[in-house]
Amino acid sequence: MSFPWQSAIEIREQVQTGAVSAVDVARAHLDRAETLNPTLACFLTIDHEGALAAAAQVDRAQKAGETLGPLAGVPVAVKDNLCTRGVRTTCASKILGDYIPPYDAHVVEALRASGAVILGKTNLDEFAMGSSNENSAFGNVANPWALDRAPGGSSGGSACATAAGIVPIALGSDTGGSVRQPAAFCGITAIKPTYGRVSRYGLVAFASSLDQVGPMARSVREAAALLEIVAGHDRRDATSADREVGTYRAACDRGVKGLRVGVVRDLVDGLQDDDVRRAAQASLAALEKEGATLVDVALPHAKHAVSVYYLIATAEASSNLARFDGIRYGLRVPGQDLTETYTNTRARGFGPEVRRRIMLGTYALSAGYYDAFYLKAQRVRTLIRRDYDTAFEQCDVVCTPTTPTPAFALGEKTDDPLEMYLADIFTLPPSLAGLPAISTPCGKSSNGLPIGLQLVAPPFEEERLCSVAQAVEDACGLVGERPPAIG
Amino acid sequence: MADAKITLEQVLHVAKLARLRLSDDEARQMQQQLDAILGYMAGLDELDVSDVPPTLHSIPMDAPLRPDVPVRCSDRAETLAQAPESEAGGFAVPLVLEVDS
Repeated sequence: MSFPWQSAIEIREQVQTGAVSAVDVARAHLDRAETLNPTLACFLTIDHEGALAAAAQVDRAQKAGETLGPLAGVPVAVKDNLCTRGVRTTCASKILGDYIPPYDAHVVEALRASGAVILGKTNLDEFAMGSSNENSAFGNVANPWALDRAPGGSSGGSACATAAGIVPIALGSDTGGSVRQPAAFCGITAIKPTYGRVSRYGLVAFASSLDQVGPMARSVREAAALLEIVAGHDRRDATSADREVGTYRAACDRGVKGLRVGVVRDLVDGLQDDDVRRAAQASLAALEKEGATLVDVALPHAKHAVSVYYLIATAEASSNLARFDGIRYGLRVPGQDLTETYTNTRARGFGPEVRRRIMLGTYALSAGYYDAFYLKAQRVRTLIRRDYDTAFEQCDVVCTPTTPTPAFALGEKTDDPLEMYLADIFTLPPSLAGLPAISTPCGKSSNGLPIGLQLVAPPFEEERLCSVAQAVEDACGLVGERPPAIG
Repeated sequence: MADAKITLEQVLHVAKLARLRLSDDEARQMQQQLDAILGYMAGLDELDVSDVPPTLHSIPMDAPLRPDVPVRCSDRAETLAQAPESEAGGFAVPLVLEVDS
C-alpha cells in the first residue's frame, strides 16, 4: 500500500468501501509529514490529535453504514492564514505566533463537513506577502523538485506538501498569484476562483478586494473536487456571490472541442526563457489537436499590472494590518503609553516585507499622494479589466504561462524586492480583474523543473477552466511523476 | 537625490503614520527600496486615465442586506484568552488619559 501518493478520489472510495480505515490513512500521511518536514519545512503545525480524531469519526460513520462525505478520510493541508478553531494560526508572523482562533474559517467548516482530515497548517510568506515563501518568520520552505529552489509563494507550504506526496490536496489563498505561482513551481494544479466564488470568512485579510481561497492538488480533477466543497454562498462574507456552485469535476470530462483558446501572442512568443516558451507552445499545439481553436488576443495594459497591483494591494494591506496593535490578541510589546505600545509591538512583530508593504500602502493613501498613486492605480485597473472584456469577445479562455521562468533559486531575489514583484507579471492581471484562473503543469525545463500554464476565464466560468486544464494535463501534465529530490 | 521619488524625511513620516519604527539603517534601506519601486511605478504616467472610472469592485455586486436578527457572538472567555492582557472581563490597555489625583 502506498497511501501517500494516492489521489483524494481513490482514498475516499477505499474509505467508503471499508477497504482501508481513515485512521490508517491519516497515520500514513502524518508519518510522511513528520519524516519530510525537517527537510521541506512545509508545515508550521502538524495536528496529530485533531487529524486522528477526525479520521476516527469517519471510521465510526463508515461502520455505522452511513454515506460518507465527499472528502471522507482524505488528508488535507490548510494554509496557516485560514482560521482553525483551537489550532494555532500564525500567518507565519511573529505578531500572531501564539494565536489560537476561537472560530473556523468558512472553508475549514466546509472541509470538516465533507469528512476531510486536516493534517496541519502550512507555511507561507508572512501574511501571504511574497512570491518565494522566504518571507516566513519561521523558515524557508524547499521546493521538492530541487531543494535549493523556491517553492513559490505565498502558498509555498501547501504547494510543497501536495507535490511531496504528504497530502493529495490542500488549500491556499491567492491575492496576486499565491496559489498559481507555487503550483507552477512545484508541478501541481491550483485554481484561483472568481472573486466572490469562495467565502473569505476566516481568511486573515491581506488585500480584501483581491483575496480568494483556492484549491491545490496533484491533478485537475482533485482540484475541481475540492473547489466543489469550498465554493458557495456565505452571508458572513458580504462579497460572497449568491450563485449556484458549478459541476467542476464533471467539467473535466467535457473536452475542448470547439473552444476558442485566446493566446496572448506577445507574452508567449516574447518569453525570454526558452523552456517556458517551448512548453507553452507545445501545450497550445496539444489543445489545437484536441479540437480547440487558437486565436490571437492582446492584453495591452497587462504590462502595468505590477504597478497597479503593488499600489492597490499594499494600500489595502496597510489598512487591514492596522488591526495588529497588540491589544486584543497576538503579540504585545509594552511601551510607556498606548502609541509606544502600538509601535513597539508592530516594530517587533512584523518582518521586513510586511513593513515594506505597509509603508508603500500608507504612502499611496496619504494626503497629497492618493490621487497620483492609489486612485490612478484603480483607474488603470479598469483598463486591465476592459482588456479582458475585449479578449473574451474573441475567445473562451485566455492563455499565458503562469510564470516567466521555472522556480528560481532560494536567495536569488531576496535583496531586490522590485525584482521579486516583477516575477508576478502573468498572475496579477486576472487577479486585478477578479477573474477565475487555473495553473496546471505543462512540462518541465531542461534541468527538470516543472512549468505551469495559466488559463483565465470570464467570471464564474471555472468549469471551462477545468475542461481546458484537463486536456493540458492529459497531453503534457506531470501526474504520476514524483519529485526526485525527496524519497 | 534631487530626483528621489521619496525622501528619507518622508519615509520617517510614513513610518510614524503606520506606527512602525525604523532604525537609521532600516530607514535608509527602506528609502532606497521604495524609491526604486516608486520609480518603476512612474511608468503609469504614460497613461492618461482622467476619463476612466476607477474599479472599486472587480466583479459587479450589490451591497447585500441581512435580516437584523441577534445571533450568538463569540464566547467571552475564549475571546479574552487570546488577549495579551485582560482584566474584569475586558481587554486591559496601557493608560490612555492622564488623570489628576
